[in-house]
Amino acid sequence: MKPPPFAYAAPETVTEAVRLLTENAESEPRVLAGGQSLIPLMNFRLAKPGYLIDLRKVAGLSGIRREGDVLVVGAMTRLAELERSPEVATAAPLVAEAVELVAHTPIRNRGTIGGSLAHADPAAELPAAALALDAELVAVGPAGSRTVPVAEFLQGPFTTALRPDEILTEIRLPVWHGGHAFVEYARIHANFAVVAVAALVTLDGGQIRRAAIALTGVAPTAIRARAAERVLAGAAGGAAAVAAAADAAVEGLAPSGDLHASPATRLALARTYVRRAIQLAISRAQNER
Amino acid sequence: MASQTRPISLTVNGRPVTADVEPRKLLVDFLREDLGLVGAHIGCEQGVCGTCTVLLNGASIRSCITFAVQADGAEVSTVEGLAGHGELHPLQDEFSEKQGLQCGYCTPGMLMRAREILAQNPDPTLTQVREAIASNLCRCTGYQFIAEAVLAAAARMREPKEVAP
Repeated sequence: MKPPPFAYAAPETVTEAVRLLTENAESEPRVLAGGQSLIPLMNFRLAKPGYLIDLRKVAGLSGIRREGDVLVVGAMTRLAELERSPEVATAAPLVAEAVELVAHTPIRNRGTIGGSLAHADPAAELPAAALALDAELVAVGPAGSRTVPVAEFLQGPFTTALRPDEILTEIRLPVWHGGHAFVEYARIHANFAVVAVAALVTLDGGQIRRAAIALTGVAPTAIRARAAERVLAGAAGGAAAVAAAADAAVEGLAPSGDLHASPATRLALARTYVRRAIQLAISRAQNER
Repeated sequence: MASQTRPISLTVNGRPVTADVEPRKLLVDFLREDLGLVGAHIGCEQGVCGTCTVLLNGASIRSCITFAVQADGAEVSTVEGLAGHGELHPLQDEFSEKQGLQCGYCTPGMLMRAREILAQNPDPTLTQVREAIASNLCRCTGYQFIAEAVLAAAARMREPKEVAP
């Protein structure tokens, strides 16, 4: 199938892109980043934007730079660039590990970090990684720019706090000092995850000082497992504490089932993968010392 | 809505191309219909199967989920540009030698993906090749002969080039 006709513009500045979004509001415009989610939806005619605003020519939207304890990633930065970046490997290895699980190389050559987060597929990897890191997203609209914590940004399946006249320009990833792990269960390598888990731990002596855990596949969006984080804080990080954290992570969750996994299967997978993620993050934190 | 065309200019297999295209025209359709380069095949039209794989500035992409307008200013390489001077590329030669194809539908995409794999890693292991070509579906071969062909081509491409007298 082919997409229905649409008007198209490739502006060169964010201001111009925002103006086009605002002025063509009645055409239901969409922003085109890498297009790896939007164009399949358009081919199926599930998405029929009347106007596409292609960000490929907008200067300054792509790139990775370190600002103290924050890794700043331009929204149009391709996933393949994140995968290869020594900066990402050093400052946000959790993101590097998550990106490797996103589809295949040809998709990662086109797909962008901003596109993935703005698309907000409930099964995608990057929202969980961003959530564990407490990333901040910078959005630019007619009134200027604002910064939105990723926990507020992710509102539901394919639903974000991004307003119709706003463009996501930058992702700010705090540098985590300690161990990380991003693990997932997918039916086939490179498929969307049935369940994915991002875990971060910081050790202090023999104890876990701080932990951050995010899950995908058990709720309408990626979620933080705050109860599990509280179980881990101050614990010695032995098998019992890790198991208790895994139990706490899934307590009270009511995932919906689908063709790929029933609710019970998702909960069982989540418990197992939270445990594995924490264990891996702890062992990496130990090796870093 | 009136479908206005947009001018684009790009390089395809080393040749400069200018054209007016509808923004909704997919790159694979532009290559096949406007340029007559029918090597890139259309399979799933949703970015899953990989038979439409071409290189955009050296990186493999799905041309069925890329608009032609997005390739404006870029360098596109298709399977038609793989052989040079009447000689098959080592990858093509080894796909033929090792029976890395049966029906041939996936072959152009598989060859272009293999070209990127070897550009990034000239000496991959069998496991690395198998993992890397997982991006492209083949329903005939079971992949084994494709992976062997890629390894054989890699070995040939690593040999020092013979210098013509």
